Amino acid sequence: MELLWLVPTLPLAGFALLFVSEGRLPDRVVAFVGAGSVGLAALVALLVGYQFLQSGQPSFALTLWTWMSVAGFDPSVTLYLDALSLVMVGVITGVGFLIHVYATGYMWKDHEEPAGYSRFFAYMNLFVFAMLMLVLGDNLLVLFLGWEGVGLCSYLLIGFYHRDAENGLAARKAFVVTRVGDTALALGLFLLVRELGTLEIQAALGQVGELSPGMATAICLLLLGGAVGKSAQLPLQTWLPDAMAGPTPVSALIHAATMVTAGVYLVARMRGLYLESDDALHVVAVVGLATLLISSFTALAQSDIKRILAYSTMSQIGYMFMALGVGAWSASIFHLMTHAFFKALLFLSAGSVILALHHEQDIFKMGGLRKKLPVPFFGMLIGSLALVALPGTSGFFSKDAILLTAEHEAGWLYWGGGLLAAGLTALYTTRMMVIVFWGEAKTEPHDRSHAGFSRPNMWLPLALLALLSVAGGWFGIGVLDDLLGGVRSFSHFSPLALATMAVPLAAVAVGVWVFGRRAAEGGFMRSSFGRGVARFFASGWGFDWLYDRVFVRPFVGLAQANKSDVVDLVYRITVAITRGIHHIGALVQTGRLRWYAVNTALGLIMVVWLVVVA
Amino acid sequence: MAIVVPTAHVLCLAAILFVIGLVGVLVRRNVIFLLMSLEVMMNAAGLAFVAAGAKWGQPDGQIMFMLILALAAAEVAVALGLVLQLSRRFGALDVDAASEMSG
Repeated sequence: MELLWLVPTLPLAGFALLFVSEGRLPDRVVAFVGAGSVGLAALVALLVGYQFLQSGQPSFALTLWTWMSVAGFDPSVTLYLDALSLVMVGVITGVGFLIHVYATGYMWKDHEEPAGYSRFFAYMNLFVFAMLMLVLGDNLLVLFLGWEGVGLCSYLLIGFYHRDAENGLAARKAFVVTRVGDTALALGLFLLVRELGTLEIQAALGQVGELSPGMATAICLLLLGGAVGKSAQLPLQTWLPDAMAGPTPVSALIHAATMVTAGVYLVARMRGLYLESDDALHVVAVVGLATLLISSFTALAQSDIKRILAYSTMSQIGYMFMALGVGAWSASIFHLMTHAFFKALLFLSAGSVILALHHEQDIFKMGGLRKKLPVPFFGMLIGSLALVALPGTSGFFSKDAILLTAEHEAGWLYWGGGLLAAGLTALYTTRMMVIVFWGEAKTEPHDRSHAGFSRPNMWLPLALLALLSVAGGWFGIGVLDDLLGGVRSFSHFSPLALATMAVPLAAVAVGVWVFGRRAAEGGFMRSSFGRGVARFFASGWGFDWLYDRVFVRPFVGLAQANKSDVVDLVYRITVAITRGIHHIGALVQTGRLRWYAVNTALGLIMVVWLVVVA
Repeated sequence: MAIVVPTAHVLCLAAILFVIGLVGVLVRRNVIFLLMSLEVMMNAAGLAFVAAGAKWGQPDGQIMFMLILALAAAEVAVALGLVLQLSRRFGALDVDAASEMSG
């Protein structure tokens, strides 16, 4: 288990190598370094995880060094492995490795600049390192380091195609919006240090009883602020759909499988703190449910395949937050894991479709691709089945665990809301699948060799992720229940469970009926009310519009009004005074030699007079 | 029998010469006359030194005059160069013509 330090170090080494070589390495070597470093990390993680499970310890801490020692504040860089971080490390290195392998094919000759391939993998490796530090750090300061590190990599990778200014704007939006949450998180950490004097997670969790209830709630809400920013939950969710400007493997790794789940991890990690404050937990659940419903409705009206998946990601993370809020901790982490599998699969398959269609992302320009793109089709089909929670797939087990625990712990409201969203999920997934893969063909794909999915480095990850999407649930039931405890094993045959199971299936049937017959194009959608509703949903419930009016425009207006900075007045006045004095002084300097001579003589006479007479 | 000139007279002469030179510097615009006036001023100072040296019977006054001579020679060397440049650039020997370096 002492090898744990290698897990984050290997991707860091990969990043360092790619960064230092500045794109001088040949692309084949870059692919081996980029994917290989994460693959090795995954192997080491597997070994460490096996040893950890064999040892039967509840946790394992590996102190590397003390970061600093200032006035009794001495955070140490400690890697902390327990069931929660083991699951996270497994997802990050495992799914991360598969996505890296896929990216070696997806990004091949995709970039506009010679060093782009190397730059891409350098950022990706740095991201994996930062994400591992985030989940392994036993100190909130180390966690914060990883937290900001993944934010930076997210920014760099969203803006990867930087020649298009739009992408740069999307990257900036993601960075600024998450910064709002990060500021709240930092304030929460400051409060924790002030109240408890330590940022060591385990030590702090041991002393949470000393916090006053109000203080505990305040800290919880501030940490939640950071979590909703990173995980794209209400009210900081607007950046995620725009983040789809990045390459598709980035969307799969960062904006679906790992980074956006960091908020879930943070809340789950600080569980002991949240248990001190019922109010904060309630807020977590409400935020999750609201995001879940809003983004499900939004996904229903999107036309960009990646934006559909982005809103779907938001809603699935909403499930996780709701689960955290109602006390279904392990179900939440279980869903985090299964979601990483099937959403990565969906994104990578969508990436193959996009690649095959000359970077076309509009689903209404696709259609009838079932036969022409069989590999991406099966990938998306299996991913979609897991997403709509078909019984037996991984998504079914985790979603069931969340919904049934929610009903058990928090009442029918959360269960009903979650179930409604499950129905909507099935509806928008069916819509996407039907429009993209059935119906008449609208865009002719590249031939097979060019489309990329014929290369093993692109279809093997899809196949493995498909396997995990189907079988991951059984793994979760078997192993996660032992590890985390309380992935409740319900009877799947109670009336409640049967209803939970039936609603998504019914929604799929409705979806096939509505979208398969193009029924949605007539009747309701023709009416002005229908179009208005569709526009409202398509805009993400107008949050971008609202934030633009409430925050961006007043800020820009203020900045414009204050173009000649008021504070600068002090310096400008100083300059004016000095310049005036200078002009007065310069008057005596006439350039006339005889005038100088007169002055010299007068000065001499004055000095003599002063010496002799006075 | 040597005629002894009173020191006060010599100093008066030196003062008169100095003032003549100074007035010359102040009122003359031709740079040649300006330099000549400067020479007069320096020689006035030299005369004062010699007179003072004679009064106290010390050689210092005459040594100072030697230094003033050397100084005057150096000054003329530099000044003649300036005169040459002045006539070349402005086509005149009027010092007031060269008044470009005003603040």
